[in-house]
Amino acid sequence: MPYDPNEPLKDRITDIGPRYYQDFLPPVVKNNRGKWLYHEIIEPGVLVHVSETGDEVYTIRCGGARLLSIEFLREICDIADKHCDGFMRFTTRNNIEFMVDKKEKVKPLLDDLKSRKFAAGSNKFPVGGTGAGVTNIVHTQGWVHCHTPAIDASGVVKAVMDGLFEDFGKMRLPAQVRVSLACCLNMCGAVHCSDIAILGIHRKPPMVDHEWIDRVCELPLAIAACPTAAIKPAKTAEGLKTLDINYDRCMFCGNCFTMCAAMPLADDVGSGIAILVGGKISNRKSAPKFSKVVIPFIPNEPPRWETTVKAVKNIVDVYAKGAKKYERIGEWAERIGWERFFEKTGIPFSHHLIDDYRFAYTTWRTSTQFKF
Amino acid sequence: MAKHKTPMLDELEKGPWPSFVSDIKHQAEKGKQAVKDAPDDLLGILELSYADRVTHWKHGGIVGVFGYGGGVIGRYCDQPEMFPGVAHFHTIRVNQPASKFYSTEFLRGLCNLWEKYGSGLTNMHGSTGDIILLGTTTDNLEPLFYDLTHELNQDLGGSGSNLRTPSCCVGKSRCEWACYDSEECCHEMTMEFQDELHRPAFPYKFKFKFDACPNGCVASIARADMSVIGTWKDDIRIDQGAVAAYVGGELKPNGGAHAGKDWGKFDIVKEVISQCPTECMWMDGKKLMINNKECNRCMHCINVMPRALRIGTDTGASVLFGAKAPILEGAQMSTLTVPFMPMEPPYEELKELIGKVWDWWMEEGKNRERLGELIQRESWQKFLEVIEMEPDPRMMREPRSNPYIFWREEEVEGGWTRDITEFRKKHQR
Repeated sequence: MPYDPNEPLKDRITDIGPRYYQDFLPPVVKNNRGKWLYHEIIEPGVLVHVSETGDEVYTIRCGGARLLSIEFLREICDIADKHCDGFMRFTTRNNIEFMVDKKEKVKPLLDDLKSRKFAAGSNKFPVGGTGAGVTNIVHTQGWVHCHTPAIDASGVVKAVMDGLFEDFGKMRLPAQVRVSLACCLNMCGAVHCSDIAILGIHRKPPMVDHEWIDRVCELPLAIAACPTAAIKPAKTAEGLKTLDINYDRCMFCGNCFTMCAAMPLADDVGSGIAILVGGKISNRKSAPKFSKVVIPFIPNEPPRWETTVKAVKNIVDVYAKGAKKYERIGEWAERIGWERFFEKTGIPFSHHLIDDYRFAYTTWRTSTQFKF
Repeated sequence: MAKHKTPMLDELEKGPWPSFVSDIKHQAEKGKQAVKDAPDDLLGILELSYADRVTHWKHGGIVGVFGYGGGVIGRYCDQPEMFPGVAHFHTIRVNQPASKFYSTEFLRGLCNLWEKYGSGLTNMHGSTGDIILLGTTTDNLEPLFYDLTHELNQDLGGSGSNLRTPSCCVGKSRCEWACYDSEECCHEMTMEFQDELHRPAFPYKFKFKFDACPNGCVASIARADMSVIGTWKDDIRIDQGAVAAYVGGELKPNGGAHAGKDWGKFDIVKEVISQCPTECMWMDGKKLMINNKECNRCMHCINVMPRALRIGTDTGASVLFGAKAPILEGAQMSTLTVPFMPMEPPYEELKELIGKVWDWWMEEGKNRERLGELIQRESWQKFLEVIEMEPDPRMMREPRSNPYIFWREEEVEGGWTRDITEFRKKHQR
């Protein structure tokens, strides 16, 4: 029976959760689950996993835009039906993976993937994103779909990945470089532990929509939302209840706007990009690390974000030249010292980069071990 | 013909990386989506943002399906007359299958569903892990949910102050380093806590993420309130023949991950032994030796020589709590809480632990206070009391350096009640 708008709760099914993942595994994966012995990267973007049963699965990893149309998803299905027994997967970093169970199936699949282009010429399925290189950028919604962003997301990612494209398909770096983008401090993309993070920030305090604020917001919630206690109750000349902002205390986190729509803070010149580097997730060698702010602000430059692309490429190139094998960006910066990081990358150091928030002191140098 | 001129977005059709603009244009031209003008108008409003350099989306409204408090995020644009196709453009979160394998049968079903009820645009996937159906109108929500559950046997994900859709790495399905079944555990925990996922009753969001080894491919340590990370207690398994093959150059280090540059001949001392953070490895002639008791399971040696070294066989997981992004008190990573927990279905020990954590957080947590912030506010000692665990030096990077200890009265002989008159008998004013 189809949905009946007159009886919306009839035959209702709820709380059934997601589909069981094992229903979606390709046969070679299902048969060898938990039996894998080792893997190798045969060429950039192509992996083989070998099982104790002797079976092999070949994975071809392709970059994806994350924002995908259903027409494009159907094309993915066509490819998976043609080459991969009707199965495929996505990675945590929005890559598209096609798997085959025989080596001789790899080349026809690769040829097929490499032949597919969008009408204007960009690759539909660029192969790469493995090993000591740059893989896909995880990112957020930006101007495509979000109300709090300081920057766009999809467009910045497209421009930066065009700039890093060679390193997506090559494995010439000392270690993997994970680039992430979050379009505001809420960080639904959680970029705070990435090798390179592109972060949308605001630089102007919120505007208060005095005429409306008391009608659309719970004023005490907006006041309580401010971590620096910069917001206090006030009255307009006409006697309307409103809020007053102590501009000197505002650190532009946007938490008040999250609580109250009548306090917008995005601005065409006020908002833009900060670059953070040196974070990592993995426990490999050194413990997971936070990313650190090294460029406090780059203006929004749609459509191609030239300064941001250049800044990211510069960091990757200087790191590629200077780091030792297996060294992540953060490990390299710590070994040479952050003063050297700024010297080698040519990035100017300014007061914006010194922490003055909750855990500030933990980042100050309390030794004489510095370099000239 | 495109409905709107998009000269700035057209610049994003250039270059080798897949162009989302080209993809949306293709959908606008060829697609049969229910909200016909959505792709065109999305490009139109995005072009306007590119010109204005600010977003044109309003604060979300409350929309959803009956009986659920999450899974749908209301979204409206601030120029509905110019862009009617995206005037109402609500997001639907669909709970992805653990580790994101798909059959084309299911994916095609999803495409058909979204063609019938929405914009034809998706995110595969959102940051938390869900399949995101990007943009539809309120009247489509109930019929879509009906078909989603009846035809695709598939439920929505989480949003708002509830359990967010859990996610995991690829795990045992295609990785030799899985120390526990992260996919099975993710699925089981998702099913167990359906009520918490669909009906917001928490102070704020709560995330579970499941990494099957310390490499952490799903980044649980940085972004999950509860991070479950696979580990092992016994010895790294060594194949000395394969060690020799790495030393001899027959096998490529790190699975061939460094093939794009000539790094010279593989040097096991330089690349493995001297990189070991605990210095617990050495060569005895041609044999690689490991003092496993001193190993902290960082995975470096295993990553470099995957054919020679394997994780142990006494496997389970470490459980950590409290990670979050900077809003509001600053970014936090998860803190090691349970060094080792055996991880077998139905994961009763883990479920019991999370129950204790939630009871406390729901009682004590302030509005929009993440678990990690509550622990900071109340103390790690209080958290241990709540979860009924004994303190363990493994939980701390180092002991405290200040001596401001909150002694408890029962710990101090005689308690805190003293007699000042007795004191004065011996000590003049």
